[in-house]
Amino acid sequence: MAKVKLNVNGTDREVEVADDQPLLWVLRDELKLVGTKFGCGIAQCGACTVHLNGNPVRSCSVPAVAVAGQKITTIEGIAQNGTLTAVQKAWIDHDVPQCGYCQAGQIMTATALLRQNKNPSDAEIDSYMQNLCRCGTYVRIRAAIKSAAQALNGSAS
Amino acid sequence: MNAVVNNEYYPDVLRQQIAELEKESVLPALATGPVSRRGFLQASAAAGGGLLLAFGLLGSGTAEAQQAGGGGARPAGPPPGPQFNPGAYVKIAPDGKITLYSKNPEIGQGIKTAFGVILAEELDAKWSDVTVEQAPINSAVYGAQFAGGSLSIPMAFTSLRQAGAGARAMLVAAAAQQWGVPAAECSASDSAVTHAASNRTLGYGALATAAAAMPVPALQDVKLKDRKDWKLMGKRTTGVDNYKLVTGQPLFGVDIQLPNMKVAVFEKCPAVGGKVASANLDEIRKLPGVVDAFVLEGTNKVSEVMPGVAIVADNTWAAFSAKKKLKVTWDETNASKDSWTAFSAQAKEAAKGAGAQELRKAGDIDAGLKGAKKTVEAFYTFGFISHANLEPQNTTAWYQKDPEGDKLEIWGSVQIPDGARTTAANVVGVPPARSTLHQLRVGGGFGRRLMQEFVSEAAAISKQAGGIPVKLMWTREDDMGHDWYRAGGFHALKGGVDDKGKLVAWSGHAISFSDDTPGGNKRAVNGGGWPSPGEFPADYTPNYRLAQTLSPFHIPCGPWRAPGSNTAAWVVQSFMHELSTAAGRDHAEFLIETFSNKQPAPAGGPGGGFGGGGLNPERAIATIKSVVERSGYGKPLAKGRFQGLAFHFSHQGHIAEVAEVSVDKNKKVKVHKVWVVGDIGPIVNLSGAENQVQGCIVDAISTMSQECNIENGRVKEQNFDSYKLARMSQAPVVDVHFLDTNYPPTGVGEPAFPPAVPAICNAIYAATKHRIRTLPITREGFSVA
Repeated sequence: MAKVKLNVNGTDREVEVADDQPLLWVLRDELKLVGTKFGCGIAQCGACTVHLNGNPVRSCSVPAVAVAGQKITTIEGIAQNGTLTAVQKAWIDHDVPQCGYCQAGQIMTATALLRQNKNPSDAEIDSYMQNLCRCGTYVRIRAAIKSAAQALNGSAS
Repeated sequence: MNAVVNNEYYPDVLRQQIAELEKESVLPALATGPVSRRGFLQASAAAGGGLLLAFGLLGSGTAEAQQAGGGGARPAGPPPGPQFNPGAYVKIAPDGKITLYSKNPEIGQGIKTAFGVILAEELDAKWSDVTVEQAPINSAVYGAQFAGGSLSIPMAFTSLRQAGAGARAMLVAAAAQQWGVPAAECSASDSAVTHAASNRTLGYGALATAAAAMPVPALQDVKLKDRKDWKLMGKRTTGVDNYKLVTGQPLFGVDIQLPNMKVAVFEKCPAVGGKVASANLDEIRKLPGVVDAFVLEGTNKVSEVMPGVAIVADNTWAAFSAKKKLKVTWDETNASKDSWTAFSAQAKEAAKGAGAQELRKAGDIDAGLKGAKKTVEAFYTFGFISHANLEPQNTTAWYQKDPEGDKLEIWGSVQIPDGARTTAANVVGVPPARSTLHQLRVGGGFGRRLMQEFVSEAAAISKQAGGIPVKLMWTREDDMGHDWYRAGGFHALKGGVDDKGKLVAWSGHAISFSDDTPGGNKRAVNGGGWPSPGEFPADYTPNYRLAQTLSPFHIPCGPWRAPGSNTAAWVVQSFMHELSTAAGRDHAEFLIETFSNKQPAPAGGPGGGFGGGGLNPERAIATIKSVVERSGYGKPLAKGRFQGLAFHFSHQGHIAEVAEVSVDKNKKVKVHKVWVVGDIGPIVNLSGAENQVQGCIVDAISTMSQECNIENGRVKEQNFDSYKLARMSQAPVVDVHFLDTNYPPTGVGEPAFPPAVPAICNAIYAATKHRIRTLPITREGFSVA
């Protein structure tokens, strides 16, 4: 067991964790941030995607001790003061979710994509978005990402 | 009703539940209830079709009271002030806030939004005033509560409209009384009642308390809105939980946190039927965070608790880590030895015979085939697949010791909550009346959570651990290794067309499995063989024969999205294309001609299901014509592009689809676009319906690459590294169109699935002249790009 300091959604948190305990299970079980989901445990599905210093990582496969002191952002932490981000809004406007279980991970990945690429093409979206959606909402995810990109770029237009 | 109860692809527990409700009028129970209650809308809907009861309650039998009394996890307490509460479905607070209760589980089919829309439409509520809540699980109040068979909409459409309209009538009556005018002169709109003649308006909030004292309208007096006056139904409404979903709020079974809750894992024999011979329990108990480890003997029924080892720990990771160190020696004397390789060889032999049982016969099949101008023979094979819900199975259960009799409380993501609750209660020896279940959002249903052994497991672990709240978490490997699989199977076919290229003979032999699981019913496995003996083209071919041969199978098989149909459609619609190709005909023309060729009904009745009268050839033809027009099927395409067409009727949905593909030299299939035309009656929420259809297409594409390989009673694929779901790049453009009809509405979570795979395979044939007769297509050297 080890004591670890994590900066989660802008707040420093100290938690006692097993040496190999994945960040996912620290977030869910210790910090009660259950928006980040468990799907496979082997970094295949992406339901557990969070941001580590702004980059998407699969938290089921990142030991918490390895990210001590670093900035972690979860689905609970992307809206600022209750204002949804463009990606979150687009998800609602396009009525993306079916069961909704994967969508936190999808939104975290899409958010990172749009930070790196302001205007992704279909092919770029397809290659970046490697999260699984069992309900098959990909058609809408693609549309929502484009809308969000437009909203982010077009606030000027 | 019987069509539902007798529908072979529903699990026994669902059939039993519906039969109970049908048998037992709920109304007498209300009349003799402990609190004075008045029936709302009377339960006459029970007689008219006998589906479920359209009543609500006045007084304490409200959703809120049920909820407050039902569970420790939700805030209890008196309702805040006087409020209009005309039933279990509608609550209006004096401040104008409207709460609507959605009685069925939300599994991703969008029912919570759809039920809200139906109620709000007839209530004439302004959508922005409305909050939709999951109703408590209480069949005495709500009748059958389940998510399955695309039945939520057809079973509840009318009763929910009546509940909403009844509440509206009481609000109108209250306003009329206050103004001293006839109710008929008043109208309702946007959460307010207006008397136009005197230009007066009162909001629902202001009327709520007075409305509660109005006489309760009888069902026959409740006037439903004309379709032309619908404001919400048929439009696009975004999901009511979307805000919570995009901000990561707790909604799902896995998200439950209770004080002093422990996390459990449960290891069962990888070959079903095995028992624990020994396990390193002492070693496991010493591991960090582990609270307890023990053998559960179980009930030796796959639908309840099979033998295994439970580990109870402080948190999930401690439990998962301990599970990795668990060493169990299994006694596999009675365990499954099932082998797909062996079954495949056996099936090829069986296909040479006429089949063990004849399920249907019309005309003279031998003469029909003999007299045909051209005949085709084919042998189709489809493998086992898993549900792979993204939320792994889990349940939180709390077996509570109580001097007045022990109790069981459950928090679950399930598709048949009452079935799960009563089964689990019986397993742990608690009278079902002393058990409660809190229904949580379900991270994917697809039929998997109609089977709910994990609920009984959690209850049994909580009891054996000494009565502490326990969240049972399955790992992905548990989930994929212990599914109720979509059965694999085989189908041998012979068909013939006459000199005009018309279908004249069809002989099918389904080679499938019987349920020989521990506790199984020995009948044909769920969804394994044929949806029904009357399945198309049974009534559309003058000389027809259907036979089946079953082999005992020991691994559980269960309903999987459009059970039976999801493979039958592929077999039938692919073979139809083989026949039209042999006849040199345009496939759309051939399909339409066949649907125009309805035979006199033989004994046994038509195929189909519930409510809407089964397969209707006119509706079938209309969807085919429409999809041909929208897709340009039969017209020249861009170079390298090819189209395939298929139709299937299931779950009262008539759906025709055209897929456009290209296939490269390496046999990689790119599905570019799929056109879907459905006739599912009036649409409740257009966005939700379109979403279901898009999802069905992606799901269908997934299944073209998926297979659970079974050898020595074990499933080889254990996680998403070997069991592949479609990813974003494989999702085609999906064009969805619903015909505007007035047939009874149905759900579309299932019926849009079955035509997709045959449409794609027919397109692959057009592109390559290679007929896909095996699923997954990887078995024939193809793959999905």
